[in-house]
Amino acid sequence: MTDRAFAVVRAGALTSVQDHGRSGHAHLGVPRSGVLDRPASDLANRLVGNPAEAAVLETTLNGCAVRPRRAVTVAVTGAPCRVTVDGRPAAWGAPVRVAAGKVLELEHATGGVRSYLAFAGGIACEPVLGSRSTDLLSGLGPAPLTDGAVLPLGDPSGPPVYADAVPWQGPPRELVLRAGPGPRADWFTARALHTLATAVYRVSAASNRIGLRTEGPPLERAVHGELPSEGMVLGAVQVPPDGRPLIFLADHPTTGGYPVIAVVRERDLGAAAQAPPGTPIRFVPTRTR
Amino acid sequence: MSDMRALPVGDRALLVELGSGEEAEALHAELLRRRAEGTLPAVQEIVPAARTVLLDGLDDPARFAKWLAGWEIPPLASGARSAIEIPVRYDGPDLAAVAELWGVRPDEVGRIHSSTVFRVAFCGFAPGFGYLTGLAERYAVPRRATPRTAVPAGAVALAGAYTGVYPRSSPGGWQLIGSTRAVLWDHARVPAALLTPGARVRFVPEEL
Repeated sequence: MTDRAFAVVRAGALTSVQDHGRSGHAHLGVPRSGVLDRPASDLANRLVGNPAEAAVLETTLNGCAVRPRRAVTVAVTGAPCRVTVDGRPAAWGAPVRVAAGKVLELEHATGGVRSYLAFAGGIACEPVLGSRSTDLLSGLGPAPLTDGAVLPLGDPSGPPVYADAVPWQGPPRELVLRAGPGPRADWFTARALHTLATAVYRVSAASNRIGLRTEGPPLERAVHGELPSEGMVLGAVQVPPDGRPLIFLADHPTTGGYPVIAVVRERDLGAAAQAPPGTPIRFVPTRTR
Repeated sequence: MSDMRALPVGDRALLVELGSGEEAEALHAELLRRRAEGTLPAVQEIVPAARTVLLDGLDDPARFAKWLAGWEIPPLASGARSAIEIPVRYDGPDLAAVAELWGVRPDEVGRIHSSTVFRVAFCGFAPGFGYLTGLAERYAVPRRATPRTAVPAGAVALAGAYTGVYPRSSPGGWQLIGSTRAVLWDHARVPAALLTPGARVRFVPEEL
């Protein structure tokens, strides 16, 4: 392999390659996948001069460490964390030049869940159906990072962008999710719809890239039959038999057989991806046009 | 179609529910026809399923729903496309159980199954996993009480009145009646999926 690459020194709890995902294949059973916090990932790419859709690393809670084989400009966004190069502190939320052979480390997130690491030129592993994203549900795309793995980098396409300050809303202390109508809202009792709109749920530790699971009052169904499989969208609030709403994230299955009571707006899902277990959630029903 | 219902799915999608799987397939075919013709507004995903078609990534779902209500949807054309032939050996571990459920001898399961012309109603569960309709309702079988932790790639399986072929090894609760060497999913191939919604399929027994 050429020196346009980096080696994984510490893979972290779950670090994967992500871009804007592979849409347009849901009818073949292919999830869209892609970064969970798109504003954060797009910002990291912008800081290193990449197009927004370039592939980045998405970490989970405890960061990762990598060793570029040649000098490269990187940027870290998303969940704030201490960033070091060979042990020396480096900037978060700004372009950082890492010399060849030095170890860049993203330490444990101090808030939020997922940090994003962009490299100038992007990660250049082979795309599958137009995307380099790791899809944890169906196994498409590159495997999640493992210690010692080597990943290729592309050629830088533009100059890095030096900004005085970058936006970071901070990890959500309370997750407010605006939710439009779900196709099967009528499968639930009026009381369940009221509970969804008024109760406080909490982010469950069982959440992952497929879905944000919740803890809170169960939602009671008015229709008890079996729902034939139907198409599912990003942000769908599905209610499995235990009654606790589950919000579909990027790696969600394309079809499902549990009723969808509401659909969370896409622009609220970035914050959902950064809410650690225990974060309170409020669903705010919205009306569509 | 009189019993077509357009259900709201957030502010960017629409779930169209029909009276039967056949009607859902007919609507799906009509949507693809109009898209190929260039008369469909921009839509990111068209996902058929058991009784529904999901349209995701619409600019104005409510307007689309109104427009859709006035559509004349032709019934499914039969035999327009030639059938994809899948070589199969009827050697699955659940063959005897399925024969008992059907009330036939084990060797008759393959005969009945291979004399059926199937249609890919929709895909889901895994990339390239098609839900194939065609078997009569009297041949519907339940899923296994305990799903297997690993079903091999190429397993030909039944659940309800559906037939499916596992594209890769995965957990699964369907009843396994056979196996095929056909490659159901290859992301380096175009199209990656051997079975796409609307395709017709026949299973052709191989010599054991």
